[in-house]
Amino acid sequence: MSSSTSATGTAYRGGARAWVRRLVPPALVVLLACLPLLDLRLPGVLPGPTYTPGTLHLLALAMVMAALALSYHLLLGVAGLLSFGHALYFGLGAYLLGIVMSELGLGLLPSVLVVLLVGVAVSLALGAVSLRVTGIPFAMVTLAFAQAGSVLVRRDPGRVTGGEEGLRLPTEQVPDALVGVADTRNLYWLALAALVLAFLLVSWVQGSRAGHVAEAVRENELRVRVLGMRPFLVKLAIFVAASVIAVGMGMVHLLLNSGAVPHIVSAELTISLLLMVVIGGVGSRWGAVAGAVLYVLLNQRLTVLAQAPWVHDLPAPLRIPLSEPLFILGTLFVLVVMFLPGGLAGTVGRLRRRQERADRGEPPGGADRLEDVDDEQQVPAADGARR
Amino acid sequence: MSTVVLLLFTGVGLGAIYFLVASGLSLIYGLMHVLNFAHGVFLSLGAFLGFEVASRLGATTWTGFAASLLVGALAGAVFAALTERLLVQRLYERHIEQVLVTVGLGLAAVALFDGIWGTDPRFISGPAWMGRTTSVLGANVPNDRFVAILVAALVLLGMVLFLQRTRYGMIIRAGVENRAMVTALGIDVRTAFTLVFTIGGVAAGLGGVLASHYFGYVSPLLGQTLLIFAFIVTVIGGLGSLTGAAIASVLVALLQQFANYYLAGTGDLAVVVLLAVVLLTRPSGLMGRRA
Repeated sequence: MSSSTSATGTAYRGGARAWVRRLVPPALVVLLACLPLLDLRLPGVLPGPTYTPGTLHLLALAMVMAALALSYHLLLGVAGLLSFGHALYFGLGAYLLGIVMSELGLGLLPSVLVVLLVGVAVSLALGAVSLRVTGIPFAMVTLAFAQAGSVLVRRDPGRVTGGEEGLRLPTEQVPDALVGVADTRNLYWLALAALVLAFLLVSWVQGSRAGHVAEAVRENELRVRVLGMRPFLVKLAIFVAASVIAVGMGMVHLLLNSGAVPHIVSAELTISLLLMVVIGGVGSRWGAVAGAVLYVLLNQRLTVLAQAPWVHDLPAPLRIPLSEPLFILGTLFVLVVMFLPGGLAGTVGRLRRRQERADRGEPPGGADRLEDVDDEQQVPAADGARR
Repeated sequence: MSTVVLLLFTGVGLGAIYFLVASGLSLIYGLMHVLNFAHGVFLSLGAFLGFEVASRLGATTWTGFAASLLVGALAGAVFAALTERLLVQRLYERHIEQVLVTVGLGLAAVALFDGIWGTDPRFISGPAWMGRTTSVLGANVPNDRFVAILVAALVLLGMVLFLQRTRYGMIIRAGVENRAMVTALGIDVRTAFTLVFTIGGVAAGLGGVLASHYFGYVSPLLGQTLLIFAFIVTVIGGLGSLTGAAIASVLVALLQQFANYYLAGTGDLAVVVLLAVVLLTRPSGLMGRRA
């Protein structure tokens, strides 16, 4: 945030840099859109050349998770709501789309509309109940609701979700272009479009009046109330927006994986979203995307590593931690929280500010210290006001 | 009638286990405003180490069982104290970060347990008497229920005595009431923080051993599954209230058992509905003071 304002404030050179920075996102999207047609290899990062279905599937999964992390960013980064139940809406999108198509026999597009409407209704109702409490109790309540959803999906009382086995995508209702391994590139493009759409939606919500009020509520709810605004409605609007985006991503996930498994409704999925957003940097959209992509790729690579023969030959105290991807990711997360406040985005921003200051020829030490003092003064003030 | 009695005892037995998890959570939240997502892994570690010790000393003997309780409590206490000292205390007053650290620890620890003990549940056995039943009013109640209830009652008694009668208990109670004032009076609350975590760890470790006998198995996910119900219990009971946690544990467990039996296995849903009702009518919980 502060980096962009200081960038526009500088002279011509800074202006040109801002222009370049503005051109990066569209260029990135074009590059990503071309990937299925190219033969790029990134050994160690991607499992194979970019045109192969396996790699495209992994990248598409990373993009869906990035879009989901963006919707979570709307809750945590913008409105300051620590939700442990976001997976409920992701799972709702995936499962309900499959169920509506197979049980009601509707086509893909009408089903999508039905699911979106249900998503709005469910998130309105549950959001209205859970937003009666704030802070940590809110986290627990959303967790409880999501757990109820997870139990429903696993127990499967209506014989529609497939229980532990999971739900198979009813392929007869889906256009042929979105089914089958050979068409993975179409699903990849779908996921890319979903990510771009989610990014635009999140930016729009964040920049809207509701978004600004939500940010104000995050900082000081009492003050917003004194100004005559109703924090509850604003938070509910943000909650519904984030949930509906998650529902949409759930539907893409169903198509991408040709099915849904109970894991996507579980608390573990929400926790992995939390990991992505925090590792990327709370409050930053690019951070959420970067965190999600890093998480998905790292998870995949670490799973491969766990099966590597040389890991199996290690003694147990080394082999056991190395063969558990979640252990490594969890530890990484703890380290980021402890030693890297602001995550990836915060660190990049700090480095960039230092660079800009060096460009202007200011002494780095003095300004740094001033700003640090400023930062430290802000945090307790905001904390104190919240209580 | 006998079904009702059986459900009653089973419910209170489950409530006892919930209480052992929820009491620590509630105390920690009350004093430090930290939602401890790693509380479930204290429980799992207690259960696993208790299981290891019991199987070495003879799982069917009473010494083995007593040793497993002791080791479980000790493991929970040490793990909890280390968590507080090494992770939580460094993020003093930053509540969201403290929650995040415990989330990360919970995730990493479950994965580590997966690696050490495997993801499949380990079925366990206790002294022969625990596997048998006692006839109460025509109902055959499994004996492990009584053990769970007894231990939880002793823990509750111990906690109440500690909080009411000792100097540190007084500091903790004062800290829950008004931490700023306690600090202003020149008392170092940080010792109380570590203490509260340790007490929570002891209760969770005991709960782990008892839960593994109650359910008949121990698995890496045991703790995190119970943790979610313990969260619900603490919210319903009122965050920070020990009495509230005790009442709500029994209430939630009874509701769960009866709904599971009479309403076609909808126990978990009934608990969530109860949570929603409590939040809509009393957002601060049954015994909570303020929202």
